[in-house]
Amino acid sequence: MDSTARPVRPRAAVLAEKALEAVIRLSGVSAIVFVAAIFFFVLREAAPVLVSKGFSLWQFLFSTDWYPTSATNVRYGTFALSVGTLSVTALAMLIAVPFGLGAAIYLSEFCSPRVRETLKVVIELLSAIPSVVWGFVGLTVMSKLIVSSTGAPVGVNVLNGGIILALMSVPVIVSIGEDALKAVPDSFREAGVALGATRWQLVYRVLLPAAKNGLLAAVLLGVGRAVGETMAVLMATGHAVHIPGSLLDSVRTLTANIAAELGEAPSGSDHYRVLFLTGTLLFLITLVVNLTADFVVRGIRRK
Amino acid sequence: MTRLRPTTPTRLSVLALVSAFAVSACGGGGAKEEKVAKPSKTVIQNKGSDTMVNVAQVWAEEYRKAAPDVEVEVSGGGSGVGIAALLKGAIDVANASRDIKPSEAEQASKNTGKSPVGFNVGADALAVYVHKDNPMSEINLEQLTELYAEGGKVTRWSELGVTIPGVKDDTIVRVSRQSSSGTYEFFREHALGNRDFRLGSRDLNGSKEVVELVGTTPTAIGYSGMGYATAAVKMLRVAPKAGAPAVAPTIAAVHDKSYPLARSLHVYTLGEPHGAVKAYIDWILSPAGQKVVEDAGYVPVAVAGNATGALATGAPAPGAPPVPAASPPKP
Repeated sequence: MDSTARPVRPRAAVLAEKALEAVIRLSGVSAIVFVAAIFFFVLREAAPVLVSKGFSLWQFLFSTDWYPTSATNVRYGTFALSVGTLSVTALAMLIAVPFGLGAAIYLSEFCSPRVRETLKVVIELLSAIPSVVWGFVGLTVMSKLIVSSTGAPVGVNVLNGGIILALMSVPVIVSIGEDALKAVPDSFREAGVALGATRWQLVYRVLLPAAKNGLLAAVLLGVGRAVGETMAVLMATGHAVHIPGSLLDSVRTLTANIAAELGEAPSGSDHYRVLFLTGTLLFLITLVVNLTADFVVRGIRRK
Repeated sequence: MTRLRPTTPTRLSVLALVSAFAVSACGGGGAKEEKVAKPSKTVIQNKGSDTMVNVAQVWAEEYRKAAPDVEVEVSGGGSGVGIAALLKGAIDVANASRDIKPSEAEQASKNTGKSPVGFNVGADALAVYVHKDNPMSEINLEQLTELYAEGGKVTRWSELGVTIPGVKDDTIVRVSRQSSSGTYEFFREHALGNRDFRLGSRDLNGSKEVVELVGTTPTAIGYSGMGYATAAVKMLRVAPKAGAPAVAPTIAAVHDKSYPLARSLHVYTLGEPHGAVKAYIDWILSPAGQKVVEDAGYVPVAVAGNATGALATGAPAPGAPPVPAASPPKP
């Protein structure tokens, strides 16, 4: 009886819709599957070394002795590499966060639409530069600048890597930060202006608190970019395994170490497995960063 | 093993399969046509030592004139990388600036059922480089150990009695190589007596990079093949111990073995080479191939004290005799 009241959709269309729905659901779930699978496979390559004799997790995490191919005394300590990653990332964020958020605020609140369009195109271009090109800039241009301006003996060091990584993370921070600020409803701005707030007061008192979550996400994605970056830091940090005493010391990062050594390590050897374990460590570091961010964001929301 | 580019059609057919999966209408016939269409050009995959990569590239180019139907694909990465690839059967010829290790030979016979066979294709002196403004002219292996090895005490040029003009901070910038490098392992074995390197050196990825960095850094010291010398650096004379006469890295000194850091350059194959690979190695050992070695600044085999040229050094493979070629390789 309904068939006369409502047009019946063809069976094929109904099925197609169901199928499409399933595909979309699958795409949604696939992200989880991929993350889990990657973690599983990386850990599976690494796991046997955890129980092998001569390997201690304590040494892996907290020793600075990285001698994977020693002829006499093989030691796998990644502490200096972790500190290398940490120091370069911290410096990069110190530079990139003020500049990135500043640029995001300028783009969303202060500049004219025409300037904004031009700037956005330029910033997108900046993010499209391949990391190996950044590394090249660090190796050739930046290192000479650093040597001539600071008198450092070698131009490839923490400062060089930090600046290069900052330049690479700024576009990420700017575009996501700008989106976050744009997402604040205009009614907030109107209310602020109606109360007699200046533009600066509006940004500082209304928009920044309102866009806090998005801005935090922008910064953390910048951190993620910096921690995971490999090629540029491999070329720009000097590749020396030790704990840096100053900005002008060379370091080696976890990622650069994997990239430099995985090719030589015979598959299945302890060295190979330890490199995969380093990958797991990197994975856990980013996981902790993201989870922390998540909890912070939730905490803010509850208030 | 000579490859008639077998990998490409396979990969293509996989690709075709994937695209067939995506575009359901597409048939599987495309892959077969590709297989027929490919010209039968023999490709020799060659990989390994960064010290030898320049020589190997010129070899490949010159050999194209001698045998136009053979293409040699050359890449670097370090002796360790080349040997690791050979052990997996991923390449045909590995270049190495060090001897293959017994453990590696064992791994090869375990993986592929064949043991590696080495050919001495030339010799090289590992030069110790300093900046051209460095007044030092010679160094001995004991000093190098104090400088480079773990537990070594020397960190400043003044401790070696050297004053570098125009430099306030005379901390020695130690330049080294990444651990997959044959140069790194040779230096560790012959200059440091197998002691580990002290951490904190700048570990660079190529022979040329070492010389470049030393050339731009007055307080630096580094080691690299003698073929890489430039006008910005100086090669030190090297003495085996304090008080002994120091010898400059020259072709003559490599020839009479008076230079302490001389080494042989090798190419390795899995099992005795045959077909195109054998022809290629024979060509490398011929006067034409050896001229390339000499032009690159290294020492050709004939001069290095091996008049017959081809010296097939059956690699040490304890308890792993070469399996006859007839036995089927692992799938």
